Amino acid sequence: MNKPLRRIAIFCGLLVLTLLLRDNWLQYVKADSLKDDTLNRRVTIARYSTPRGDIIVDGDPITGSTKTSKGGLNDLLYKRTYADGPMWAPVTGYASQAFGATQLESIEDGILTGNDDRLFFRNTLDMVTGKPKQGGNVVTTLNSAAQKAAYNGLKARGKGAVAAIDPATGKILALASYPSYDPASFAGNSTTTDSKNWTKLQKKNDANDPMLNRALRETYPPGSTFKVVTAAAALENGLYSSAEEKTDTPLPWIMPGTTTPLPNEGNIPCKNATMRVALQYSCNTVFGKIGADLGKDKMLAEAKKFGFDQEQFTPVRSNASVFSEDMNVSQTALSSIGQFNTAATPLQMAMVASAVANNGTLMKPYMVDKLQSSNLDTIEQTDPEKMSQPLTAKNAQILQSMMETVVKDGTGKNAQISGATVGGKTGTAQHGVANSKNPYAWFISYAKLADGSSPVAVAVVVEDDQASRQDISGGGLAAPIAKSVMEAVINSKK
Amino acid sequence: MSSTTNSPTHHTSTIGAIGAPSRRNTELAMLVFAVVIPVFAYANVGLAINDSVPPGLLSYGCGLGLLAAIGHLVVRKFAPYADPLLLPLATLLNGLGLVVIWRLDQSKLLQSLPNYVEAAPRQLLYTALGIAMFSAVLIFLKDHRVLQRYTYISMFAALVLLLLPLVPGLGANIYGAKIWIRVPGLGSLQPGEFAKIILAVFFAGYLMVKRDALALASRRVMGLYLPRGRDLGPIIVVWGISILILVFETDLGTSLLFFGMFVIMLYVATERTSWIVFGLLMSAAGAVGVASFEPHVQQRVQAWLDPLGEYKLSQQGVFGHSEQSMQALWAFGSGGTLGSGLGQGHSDLIRFAANSDFILATFGEELGLAGLMAILLLYGLIVERGVRTALAARDPFGKLLAIGLSGAFALQVFVVAGGVMGLIPLTGMTMPFLAYGGSSVLANWALIGILIRISDTARRPAPTPAGNPDAEMTQVVRP
Repeated sequence: MNKPLRRIAIFCGLLVLTLLLRDNWLQYVKADSLKDDTLNRRVTIARYSTPRGDIIVDGDPITGSTKTSKGGLNDLLYKRTYADGPMWAPVTGYASQAFGATQLESIEDGILTGNDDRLFFRNTLDMVTGKPKQGGNVVTTLNSAAQKAAYNGLKARGKGAVAAIDPATGKILALASYPSYDPASFAGNSTTTDSKNWTKLQKKNDANDPMLNRALRETYPPGSTFKVVTAAAALENGLYSSAEEKTDTPLPWIMPGTTTPLPNEGNIPCKNATMRVALQYSCNTVFGKIGADLGKDKMLAEAKKFGFDQEQFTPVRSNASVFSEDMNVSQTALSSIGQFNTAATPLQMAMVASAVANNGTLMKPYMVDKLQSSNLDTIEQTDPEKMSQPLTAKNAQILQSMMETVVKDGTGKNAQISGATVGGKTGTAQHGVANSKNPYAWFISYAKLADGSSPVAVAVVVEDDQASRQDISGGGLAAPIAKSVMEAVINSKK
Repeated sequence: MSSTTNSPTHHTSTIGAIGAPSRRNTELAMLVFAVVIPVFAYANVGLAINDSVPPGLLSYGCGLGLLAAIGHLVVRKFAPYADPLLLPLATLLNGLGLVVIWRLDQSKLLQSLPNYVEAAPRQLLYTALGIAMFSAVLIFLKDHRVLQRYTYISMFAALVLLLLPLVPGLGANIYGAKIWIRVPGLGSLQPGEFAKIILAVFFAGYLMVKRDALALASRRVMGLYLPRGRDLGPIIVVWGISILILVFETDLGTSLLFFGMFVIMLYVATERTSWIVFGLLMSAAGAVGVASFEPHVQQRVQAWLDPLGEYKLSQQGVFGHSEQSMQALWAFGSGGTLGSGLGQGHSDLIRFAANSDFILATFGEELGLAGLMAILLLYGLIVERGVRTALAARDPFGKLLAIGLSGAFALQVFVVAGGVMGLIPLTGMTMPFLAYGGSSVLANWALIGILIRISDTARRPAPTPAGNPDAEMTQVVRP
């Protein structure tokens, strides 16, 4: 009987071996993916087990942590708090015990919770010295005065978004969206208050979609502000070598391949206008013809250099702005004046203005300046990074002078700032079926100081359902907001 | 002794005694470890959860120490040649189980569940009863061969135990498996745990008698010895019973366990590989057949194939779905290589049955891969000692009983651990010694008692005078 006994012994050994192998698979091979699974509640528990690190603007935290009422079943010790939550929501995102984390709160979760590998040494040291684990800080590039100006400006207008960038570095200075939400209102996990607030904010319950980060995640038809890109394409491709060259544009101009004339807004001097005059009065005919003359490929190449058709990671993801790749000539003409399928995020249009202001060099936009450990040691520093060169310095200066004319004598007079040179472009973008809805009011601009430096470029879009059609023009609704944001940045530099 | 006899056979029996020293002191030394390790673990849990050594440390340590001491003294007196590792291994697992059950008692989450009871004191009581059971087996069962007399009574008793949960008013359907009976005043009992041992006695007794018929009367077809039709009878009956358990008690684990145990014992008794082939085919056919119409089994399989989907369904509040499988996998994964440390994991998220069916997940999370492998190897050692006992046993009944019990133990560990770790579908059985539950603790201590009894008999030096038939015969022949 001993032979089968030995075989059974081997069989039992194999059973145990199988269990050991399975255990290694679970606890070694698959351990990390199971451990970091967002549905695994331990992730949430760890996220709220210590005071969360802060998001810093201008040296001051815009977030905080508070001890949750202990007792009962709450296994989450700390809760996120926000100072001026609605104003900063497009920057911070949210970190909610019940609903998870998004945007900056999610992307830098490792640093904020203190679980990042780069904090391992620090944590071990703390453990040895008996200090509790603490999250690190995320220091942003934002400018609180500019953000405040942007947010308050939008609030007065009802709905819209602002993005402001430092052209020389790509630092994001303001990122506002309105209507907004207070991430503190659902930071906890109470089924009575937090869940209710969360439900109320969802798009299906609030048509204004307050949780949408319009500055990064909404694309609008850019309208006439896109003419800056078209003008850059004309200069770069040598179609015109200066702002004063006559463009030889007839009035009315019939779009190639069609019998439809491209209309201008009102009775403006667009016939055979120079690019400077065309930009000053926002001539659709001139820039439509430039687009048609250059053709789809050259326009697309230039738009891509400005960042169109790709997502930006600031590190918070921004939606890709759109310049269609598949168009006929008349569609190219429409796209070149910011119509047809062309669509851009406010961040994208701020990048356009910043590239012009920075003498043609587009810097990669970013909002995290550095990551710090809890004792303020720098763990990671973001260095400014060149993204592309949409224009030569010479052409950029030509375009600057054209945009400055717009503000000095043209549609953008509302953005003038004493003591600074402002260049800008208005836009009024039609949307809705057969342009039935109220257009979007756009304004993109930059400010230049006496020393030639340009501290800020900004893009503002206002969607105002209440305003009448005639009232909407970028110069009227959006330019004043852009002006106050630029002033805030200039004043904070002093 | 040597002065009274001087026959040559005396010499061999002396060698036998030298070959098998009693090893009781080895057992005692091992037992010290088996008590000290859980006591440290207990202190560790208290320090991790409350920042203080738990107030019950002394009484717990003394309690476990006392129980181990009783076990040891009983073995020393009544089974002096027994295997020295079985008792310490069982004590260590039982002690660690107690610690983790106490640790889960401290969880606020588990305390909030509707049928929460403080489990650790009860488990300590069960452990005491288990040691009493163990002692009783060793004291009253002087020779395991006595059990052979009760072969058919065992069969009857096992069937009654297995059918008890189906008796209206007595059986209790707890979360889909009808494997419990309610005894008024005593609580719930899982008769299947005891039936396991009693069935092993029946199989051993039956197969010992029938093994020749089963082994030799066979036809050889395609390299396999096929049994005669009428010899197929018993295996078909056992198979039928397993299927019935599966259908009426919806208990996949017990069904698999009994059938597997029977096939192992049949194979050992007859040395015919064909039985294993038959066994595998029949169990596969039975499992697939039942799974095709039994929703409870289907759901278990579904939960095994897609634990995450099952978790999501349970979170949506769909009736009949359980988050436990996925929670257990997360617990294992979060433990990683070294574990979170005792008392510092979150395995209480498993909620229901965290301290019984799923207790292994807590070990996995808090002791990590390293700790869990050690636990699994402890089980492996128990099985190994059991198989060694079977090899050493001198009588076929003892061999069969020992291999049956060890094989069943190994299968149970595999089925439970494999189920909790997502290797096979989950079944409603408990990890021997670790898990909370009176029936399981009692039955497994009885199992260890029987193995110790068989190993004692196997390793005991043969009694000298009786082992000398030549001398007797010479006396008779001499005029």
